[in-house]
Amino acid sequence: MSERTGTVRRLLRHPLGLVSAVVLAAIVLAVLLAPVLSPQDPNASSLRDAFGGPSAGHPLGFDSAGRDILTRLLYGGRNTLGGAVIALAVALLLGVPSGLLAGYYGGWFDSAANWVVNLVMALPAMVVLLASRAILGSTVWVLMVVLGFLVAPAFFRLVRGIVASVRNELYVDAAKVSGLRDPRIVARHVLLVVRAPIIIQVALVSGIAIGLQAGLEFLGVGSGDTPTWGAMLNEAFKNIQRAPSLMLWPGLALGLTSGALVLLAAALRDALEDRGTAPAGRRSRRRARTAAPAAPAAPAAPAAPRSADAGTPRTGTPRSADGTSPEAGERAELLSVRDLAVSYVLPGGGTREVVHGVDLDVRAGEIVGLVGESGSGKTQTAFSILGILPEGGRVCRGSVTVGGEEIVGMPERRHRALRGDVVAYVPQEPMSNLDPAFTVGSQLVEPMRHKLRISRAEAVRRALDLLDQVEIADPRRVFGSYPHEISGGMAQRVLIAGAMSCDPRLLVADEPTTALDVVVQAEVLGLLRRLQKERGLGVLLVTHNLGVVADLCDRVAVMREGRIVETGTAEQVLHAPRHPYTQKLLGAVLDGVPARGPWQPSNAEVV
Amino acid sequence: MPGSMSADRTAGTPAGMSAGALLTVEDLRVSFPGKGWRAPRVEVLKGVSLDVRPGETLGLVGESGSGKTTIGRAILGLVPVHSGAITFAGERIDRATGRRRRELSRDIQVVFQDPYTSLNPSLTIGDTLSEPLLGQGYGAREARARVARLLERVELPADAAHRLPREFSGGQRQRVAIARALAIDPRLIVCDEPVSALDLTTQKTVLDLLLEIQEQTGVSYLFVSHDLSVIRFMSHRVAVIRHGEIVELGEAAEVTAGPRHPYTRALLLSAPVADVNGQRERREAFEREFRAREAGTGMGETVS
Repeated sequence: MSERTGTVRRLLRHPLGLVSAVVLAAIVLAVLLAPVLSPQDPNASSLRDAFGGPSAGHPLGFDSAGRDILTRLLYGGRNTLGGAVIALAVALLLGVPSGLLAGYYGGWFDSAANWVVNLVMALPAMVVLLASRAILGSTVWVLMVVLGFLVAPAFFRLVRGIVASVRNELYVDAAKVSGLRDPRIVARHVLLVVRAPIIIQVALVSGIAIGLQAGLEFLGVGSGDTPTWGAMLNEAFKNIQRAPSLMLWPGLALGLTSGALVLLAAALRDALEDRGTAPAGRRSRRRARTAAPAAPAAPAAPAAPRSADAGTPRTGTPRSADGTSPEAGERAELLSVRDLAVSYVLPGGGTREVVHGVDLDVRAGEIVGLVGESGSGKTQTAFSILGILPEGGRVCRGSVTVGGEEIVGMPERRHRALRGDVVAYVPQEPMSNLDPAFTVGSQLVEPMRHKLRISRAEAVRRALDLLDQVEIADPRRVFGSYPHEISGGMAQRVLIAGAMSCDPRLLVADEPTTALDVVVQAEVLGLLRRLQKERGLGVLLVTHNLGVVADLCDRVAVMREGRIVETGTAEQVLHAPRHPYTQKLLGAVLDGVPARGPWQPSNAEVV
Repeated sequence: MPGSMSADRTAGTPAGMSAGALLTVEDLRVSFPGKGWRAPRVEVLKGVSLDVRPGETLGLVGESGSGKTTIGRAILGLVPVHSGAITFAGERIDRATGRRRRELSRDIQVVFQDPYTSLNPSLTIGDTLSEPLLGQGYGAREARARVARLLERVELPADAAHRLPREFSGGQRQRVAIARALAIDPRLIVCDEPVSALDLTTQKTVLDLLLEIQEQTGVSYLFVSHDLSVIRFMSHRVAVIRHGEIVELGEAAEVTAGPRHPYTRALLLSAPVADVNGQRERREAFEREFRAREAGTGMGETVS
């Protein structure tokens, strides 16, 4: 209920929505109140008044047959709008239920309905309407029923498409398991989803119906006696030489109505789909620039002690020397983060800080784990190091150096050069990070040709070599495969190969094994360990899995709510955690928990 | 060979088929139409047999694509059964009519994996929870009272009934899904990866809640997961499924501590533990056992 009123309020807050709704409401009201507003017979003519100008009781004057224009306009609106309502009703009655059935059940009905719909859509509407007038007679209402039949496929397709996707939602399955009948599921879960698009479509289709109807009558294909806006246009056109102003009123009425309907449809779409909000911030290039003035102003030295106690209070003793030791003030050459803060622009204006002063170091040949639960800010930290924060996010404070170079505020062009050359990235979802339209080989070769400026043949040779290095059994075959032809584990190896292609010194891996099965995960972890040893890579491994940390990491930083609460070697943190949060995390690990005992019939009910 | 070995184990041990089971699945086969015209059907389950006793948790562990979720969906009647039998409380339900299915929802319920898509985003929590009650013909007032009790049961605030799912965290939403499954006192709940989308700390509290509910109500769980440690924590017995076949089934302690089938061993040894030394041992054991003969067993991944 409240959601509904919210939609209406959003619609009326939209300036176009408000204006078009008011115009439409006025037109509909005027047309409905025609007998009150103008108590004359729309067909009463007095030839004496033909082409007469405005006079008392006849504010718009008379037409060629001496009929009152205002009266005809009001009654004509009844017929025009009424015709559109009939067309809509027929279209909705035919299109929506059949679309629901076809989308929800699929099967033979879906196939048959699709055939019919394709057939109807292939028919030229105008020709069918002209033909049906010849056969069925010339009343507006019959033509409108035929028109409704012709636009029904638009509703069918819309509803069918949406329902077919909703049908696979888990909550529909849950409703089935709850023992609900199909009509009830449709009413509760499906109609709710199709409602908004149908309302938008109604506004659009009624505009089309009014236009088509007016067009037909303008051509003289209508019933001569009933006043409609189209028929009025037709008559006015016959006398356009003598009284051009006769075109004005029906034209204006038609234009206003159709225009208001289209604008209302647009406003409805914004209101129902909640798109009206202003876009939050611009793309990364501008973001880098806006961040620039802030960066040099934040010196690293005073930042360090602040962030050291920024987290939840630790009990006294300073961090052991082999931790990240921000206290020491010494910054690692490869990657050093000091007092990093990331904030996002909120849709309603203002900003929200999600990372509050993070200190982190990764040295060459070292794997550092950044551990935390969802929303802890670990991925935001990794993204800021890579300079790929999503729209609306920016580094608002602190310093990040990679290979000794400050990257906060660095121009995007230099940063881009740094990515790939010095820093490489392995993402979480291997499949969505490969372009399905290109072969694996071309996705490896093109960046190398561009970045390293080497020949195609050389790049191909290197790509095959890389695929071999990431332990792919048949590099040539994978090279020529499309992403959908390889498994998730294979795709992750390909992405690791891509990350290695320009010989980076630092690898940022964001949950690189989360999407993989355990056996494959073990292999990919082994691969990362081998590459790190052979190449002396520094790795920042973002993960939520403490087992992965134990397997791979030299040092660990535990993040919570945008702050690092504990750092130390993997042994220290996993075996003797100091911060209560780390203790809580480790307490939730189920590794050491004994298996559940055998089932005992005594504590169970008897069947 | 894996096939013969699993047959031995299921037939030979007391952990196999048992009398007085609440749910029995025998030689279940499920297949889906292949992609493309006249393509052969893809067999997802190739003759699966298992049973669940009253008040028992049967853990079902396997990797993605192994068919573990399909077993649950077949029991719930969400996918058509090709052949085989599913018996619940002595009654064949694999070909149950729509009406019988709706009645069965009183006894068999589900908690899905993804707490974000298993709740309709535009219905309030109260509406979602009263759904199964309305399905069983409860009156609106009765349903409201019951919803309040359910929310209390899963430790959610009472005013949750009037709020929308988006106001809740993943763990809280999963509590709502559990409450929905409990709404009409079922005898069996199919838990399809109920905690795999949750954070570590949330995961533990949700599992504890499920265990507590089982102790109080004596409900049976068919608990599907890819995570062997979660399975071990939750299950009395464990079935390991691979490529649509059960390769090992036995008491949880046996299967998760001393697995006999090489695939179960691979699953166990490849799951990293949060202990630096323990993990090193585990890793070395994994490499010793599987790296050397990777080509032979096909345990490692190959291009499909």
